[in-house]
Amino acid sequence: MDRRQFIQAGSAASAASVLGLSAGCASTAGGAGGNVVVVGGGYGGATAAKYIRLWSEGRVNVTLVEPNDAFISCPISNLVIGGSKQMADITTPYDNLARRHGVKIVKDRAVAIDADKRQVRLAGGQTLSYDRLVLSPGIEFMWEALPGMKAPGAQDKVLHSWKAGPQTVALRKQLEAMPDGGVYALSIPLAPYRCPPGPYERACQVAHYFSQAKPKSKVLILDANDDVTSKGPLFKKAWADRYKGIIDYRPKHNLTDVDAATGTLKFEFNDDVKAQVLNVLPPQRAGDIAHHAGLTTANKRWCEVDWQTMESKAARNIHILGDALQVAPLMPKSGHMANQHGKVAAAAIVALLSGRQPNALPIYNNTCYSFVSDTDVVHVASVHRYDAAQKTMLTVPGSGGVSVAASELEGKYAMAWARNIWADTLA
Amino acid sequence: MKSRILSGLGALALGMAASAAHAQVDPMQVRSWAAACANCHGTAGRAMPGNEPLAGQSKDEMMKKLMDFKSGAKPATIMHQLSKGYTDEQLAAIVAWFAAQKK
Repeated sequence: MDRRQFIQAGSAASAASVLGLSAGCASTAGGAGGNVVVVGGGYGGATAAKYIRLWSEGRVNVTLVEPNDAFISCPISNLVIGGSKQMADITTPYDNLARRHGVKIVKDRAVAIDADKRQVRLAGGQTLSYDRLVLSPGIEFMWEALPGMKAPGAQDKVLHSWKAGPQTVALRKQLEAMPDGGVYALSIPLAPYRCPPGPYERACQVAHYFSQAKPKSKVLILDANDDVTSKGPLFKKAWADRYKGIIDYRPKHNLTDVDAATGTLKFEFNDDVKAQVLNVLPPQRAGDIAHHAGLTTANKRWCEVDWQTMESKAARNIHILGDALQVAPLMPKSGHMANQHGKVAAAAIVALLSGRQPNALPIYNNTCYSFVSDTDVVHVASVHRYDAAQKTMLTVPGSGGVSVAASELEGKYAMAWARNIWADTLA
Repeated sequence: MKSRILSGLGALALGMAASAAHAQVDPMQVRSWAAACANCHGTAGRAMPGNEPLAGQSKDEMMKKLMDFKSGAKPATIMHQLSKGYTDEQLAAIVAWFAAQKK
């Protein structure tokens, strides 16, 4: 962020005060208003920013720190890799958060937190003060687990495409450039990782593309887990019915290194695998800003929170959302769940800043749709309720479940879900 | 036939549940429960195309649908699984909140 942008953000704030959006008196800590900084404009952070403004009726000032120009959705991004959607279909601007909801957007990256002073330092050198901080830092890759990926150029050649953006396009180009008869190899890390069914959906999308355009080509899934981690029977049925002879699923393949120059994957117990296109999902942890602030208290990978408020167990006044969390039992790392975390945090922050008790009984759902072709979809759904005795979120017995079978009807609902969650998060 | 009788009984139980819920549940809590529906049904129930809007809809009709999802009387892809995650009282409070929102 340059100086001019900072000044612009400042004048937007004063304009908001004049218009009564921040109610004039809002700037004092602990009063009716307050200042919240949200780091990360993904499903969690953008939702929290919007709902804090909505539910405080504009009394709490919200600054969203996000380096990207626009929101690019990970859900539906596998369809860009498969070729049935374009980047424009999964991209939403941040304008409405500013224009409709009065969120101040600072295009920069947060690099450090001073929890005692309640300040966040940005890469551009500016410092933002907060009464409450929301971190929605997403995931970072643990490259140290795959030494060969640190070789010069390795990360440009062997893609993860597990953060939707330039790598989504780049992987599509690699698949288009691959000659028919080639092999696409997808390596999946041990759970937990972002979006449990996502890799298996991706395999379907690539296989669908191959079945249409390159029928002699193969999809090789090399999974570190003992079995498919989500919607297993539904994915296996799709592979058997739709992609027989194209998809080869191999469990218990724990990747230990990658030789990008020769296109080779190396495993703990299995023989090396060579392929024309390698797609490696490395092991993951919470994003750097949370990790470096000492908030990854679970295994030095994930952040632990109080589920009634999403406040960190390691630092006061810091609320953490989304894939960065040490999840509750059966809670997936998903965009849908991050959006729900954002609303729990928003309600708690608005309550706490105005001296009320936060809600005692969070209840929210997860719905997750996976495309097994360009039109047909399967889902998994769950309902999660706060358990006061165990102080965690538990799935409600008897609720939730999966599709009976893949269907085009659920394909329509999947796109309706996408339109609605994008609007709920950003519009 | 059996399911019709059951859902009739459900609707009857509902009226009572709805009034009980109003008396007991903190409105801020209900607003947060309802917000968890927005991912598919739009912020405050004002849905984008493809899913049913909930804002300003009839409380009784929404409740009957939910109870029929819960009992299995009304077929669904996903709502029969989600509705079972809430008590009747919680559902009654949530539909009352949506019914009170502007369309």
